[in-house]
Amino acid sequence: MPGPRVGLFATCLTDTFFPSTGRAVVRLLERLGCQVDFPMDQTCCGQMHYNTGYQAEAMPLMRHFLEVFRDDETICIPSSSCVAMIRDHYPKMAAVSVDPAVSRAVEKLLPRIFEFSELLVDKLGVTDVGAFFPHSVTLHPSCHSLRSLHLGDKPERLLKQVRGLSLIDLPEAGECCGFGGTFAIKNVEVSAAMLSDKLRCVLGTCAEICTAADNSCLMHIAGALSRQRTGIRCLHLAEILASTEAGEVS
Amino acid sequence: MSIRVGEAASAPDFPVAAKKLVSNAQIRQNVRRATDVIRNKRARVVAEVDDWEQLRDAGHEIKEHVLRHLDFYLQQFEAACTRAGGVVHWASDADEANRIIVDLVRAQEATEVIKVKTMTSDEISLNRALQAAGVTPYETDLADLIVQLGEDQPSHIVVPALHRNRMEIRRIFSEKMNLPDLGYRPEDLTEAARAYLREKFLRVPVAISGANFAIAETGAICVVESEGNARMCLSLPRVLITLVGIEKIIPKFRDLEVFLQLLPRSATGERMNPYNSIWTGVSPAGGPREFHVVLLDNGRTNVLADDIARETLDCIRCGACLNACPVYRQTGGHAYGSVYAGPIGAILTPQLQAMQHSQSLPYASSLCGACYDVCPVKINIPEILVHLRGRVVEENHAPLIEKLAMKAAAFVLETPERLSLAQKAARIAQLPFTRDGVIRHLPGMLAGWTSIRDLAPIPKQSFREWWAKRQKEPRL
Amino acid sequence: MSVKQDILDRIRNATGGSSITSETEYESINRHYCQVGVLDPAARLELFADRLADYGSPVYRCAESEIAPTVAGILTERAKTGLLVPRDLPRVWLPEGFYFFRESPDYRELDSSEGVLTDCALAIASTGTIVLRHAPGEVSRVLSLIPDYHLCIVFPAQIVETVPEGIRQMSSFATLPITTISGPSATSDIEMTRIKGVHGPRTLEVILVT
Repeated sequence: MPGPRVGLFATCLTDTFFPSTGRAVVRLLERLGCQVDFPMDQTCCGQMHYNTGYQAEAMPLMRHFLEVFRDDETICIPSSSCVAMIRDHYPKMAAVSVDPAVSRAVEKLLPRIFEFSELLVDKLGVTDVGAFFPHSVTLHPSCHSLRSLHLGDKPERLLKQVRGLSLIDLPEAGECCGFGGTFAIKNVEVSAAMLSDKLRCVLGTCAEICTAADNSCLMHIAGALSRQRTGIRCLHLAEILASTEAGEVS
Repeated sequence: MSIRVGEAASAPDFPVAAKKLVSNAQIRQNVRRATDVIRNKRARVVAEVDDWEQLRDAGHEIKEHVLRHLDFYLQQFEAACTRAGGVVHWASDADEANRIIVDLVRAQEATEVIKVKTMTSDEISLNRALQAAGVTPYETDLADLIVQLGEDQPSHIVVPALHRNRMEIRRIFSEKMNLPDLGYRPEDLTEAARAYLREKFLRVPVAISGANFAIAETGAICVVESEGNARMCLSLPRVLITLVGIEKIIPKFRDLEVFLQLLPRSATGERMNPYNSIWTGVSPAGGPREFHVVLLDNGRTNVLADDIARETLDCIRCGACLNACPVYRQTGGHAYGSVYAGPIGAILTPQLQAMQHSQSLPYASSLCGACYDVCPVKINIPEILVHLRGRVVEENHAPLIEKLAMKAAAFVLETPERLSLAQKAARIAQLPFTRDGVIRHLPGMLAGWTSIRDLAPIPKQSFREWWAKRQKEPRL
Repeated sequence: MSVKQDILDRIRNATGGSSITSETEYESINRHYCQVGVLDPAARLELFADRLADYGSPVYRCAESEIAPTVAGILTERAKTGLLVPRDLPRVWLPEGFYFFRESPDYRELDSSEGVLTDCALAIASTGTIVLRHAPGEVSRVLSLIPDYHLCIVFPAQIVETVPEGIRQMSSFATLPITTISGPSATSDIEMTRIKGVHGPRTLEVILVT
């Protein structure tokens, strides 16, 4: 009997910069018995524009998203910031659009959206995904995971079930890493200062790998880990969970 | 109308001011230590309170209710205060308020006034107006005294001298109070301040204060403090002038039961602050013989007019958002160029000025949401920040380059064909910048990224290309 | 057009103006926070004493008939010859052999006095708060402020547990000047170290009548 069908929204960032995360999500979900679908027409949820004040430009991006994912029963999004955008802001944008069709579409969309760890733990009811990853790992919770989605300990519970993985607590975990979308460009100095604090905490764990449910934070943290030649790398949660004895998914 | 928020209209943009402060190791240490201490204290005393969320809800609802009926409650306050012997004045803007207050002081033929901490007076630059009129104002809050004697600006709502350590304070006191042998311990510094100020409390006949709460039902004012200087200023002098922003109104005396729980725990991490003073008009049992209230607009009606951002006026000035903010923690208050700093400052300052100035402030945030978590009256600061960013763009204050880049990006992201094409183009464009599998320098707007971070190059195959290929091949 | 009218007009333009339903709307504000305490009087008393101890305020306990000798003992220990008192403070509380003066209007005299003895209007246990009401004959604001030493008498029946209960009691004298005192004055403005005693009385001691 075929498993649940899951539509994947890869996010524009992962599609472009971190296709390995997308591949990991697909392999893992298929391993868990799901049928994964990737609507090729997808583009972007509109978060960058909306948060930077270009709310008018975000509107067509939302409409496009609503159209592309109109029929998927379950939608998996490996990015807590994109999920937060949809849950927190699509209803407001719908109200501004004064278009009852859009409001209806958003209302129908919200219950079908799952952040990646929400999909695994809440929808599929699993915390042990049969993963093997023999490395020390520290988890950066990310602001949207913590304060918008209230993911709680879902990512942690998933990581704890990974064989061979040693999970090290990250000090001051709840502090923002300093990415904040266009904030990283518009306020370089403060973003750097915040990043340096986050790095200090990551380095202090002596973990080999820093992970998160969000590639945006990871891109920013990895950028500094690389610049400072720390020898530590970042990996999205999905890529760790998709790893088996056969090796890391790439 | 001359609405003014201190020197905010001419302050440097946040990124420019922040750059200087981020490089100042002493300030960063001081700010970090101070915010860590209050954060932890606040967390402890809030955890003690089982009904904290219910209190926050009530605080939010009461404030929202008042704002919806502000005209009614202001008039009720005026009537009650006047019945009790107070005189109520109304001021549309900073200049008007200053004129009223200077005239009241002059009418006493006073050349000195003692002041209780009130950010509202910094907002309208009252001290400057008093000095121009030949009146010397003495700040009596220890931190404001430090700031005043140090000829400086406050950097935090609740602990304005947080940017000064004890060595700097000792130097300031020693010079300005003429105490060459002054000790270095905090106790020595406090003792010096006590003696210096006591002489003034016992002598100066006019005091100026702000208000934490103004109670419409009874016409009372409530002032919340720790040191005792407010009690001194509110009860010893013959004449008391209280400057009150119109958003400080609460409906009834009983509502203090909510705010006197929310404020001390949020502001200083205490179950209750040492002293609260509540008074109504003029009392036959002692205290000032003459009492004036100056109700101040100075742009608050601008904030009121924006449905989404109106809840900015719910603020009870606790400072908890500053202590929680990871951006504030790196720079301190001076980066905001306003008497109101941190998350609340980022939304209040530009709105008071009808978005004409301080347009970089709504962007001085990574939208992490820590402020919303700690706000005792549940102001959704991140939502308001995004809304104000929208107003900055809509009202044409965004930089042209940014507008063009954002429009171009939107164009690309609207259809999958354009996105695919852009991905391919970017893979080619990045080639000159890629060395040994890493990008260390990017041009133009993107240089900000590579100034402190590397960038892994865009992989040769995007996810959608991988998927499309995989669909064509048999499943492996 | 007066300034007041301008401001009210701007407010009405912004909000649509207040309607006569403001009172009903006020009554419908959700107040799900705790409004009454759960402790019995003995537990309330202990909680109050604990909080005072937290503030570093010494607490003495005695029966009502022993207030005067307790005051005498404290004054002797502190090497004080007497205290200022409000006009209506019960004389039966004042021990022989010490001077008790009524307050002077001269602030400098208050400043050089040895201290003040008062009772209070009520106390709040959960926050360790003493509430003073400044009615004619009772302690005035300056009398409770300028002297460096304050000895306060609190009766158990005056102690409520929670802030809302305290405010409710205060409502009955809401238009009198009111001072709430929760520990001695303090500042944290110097490197966040909490220093006691800036301007208010630096020593606050409490007699709990049991």
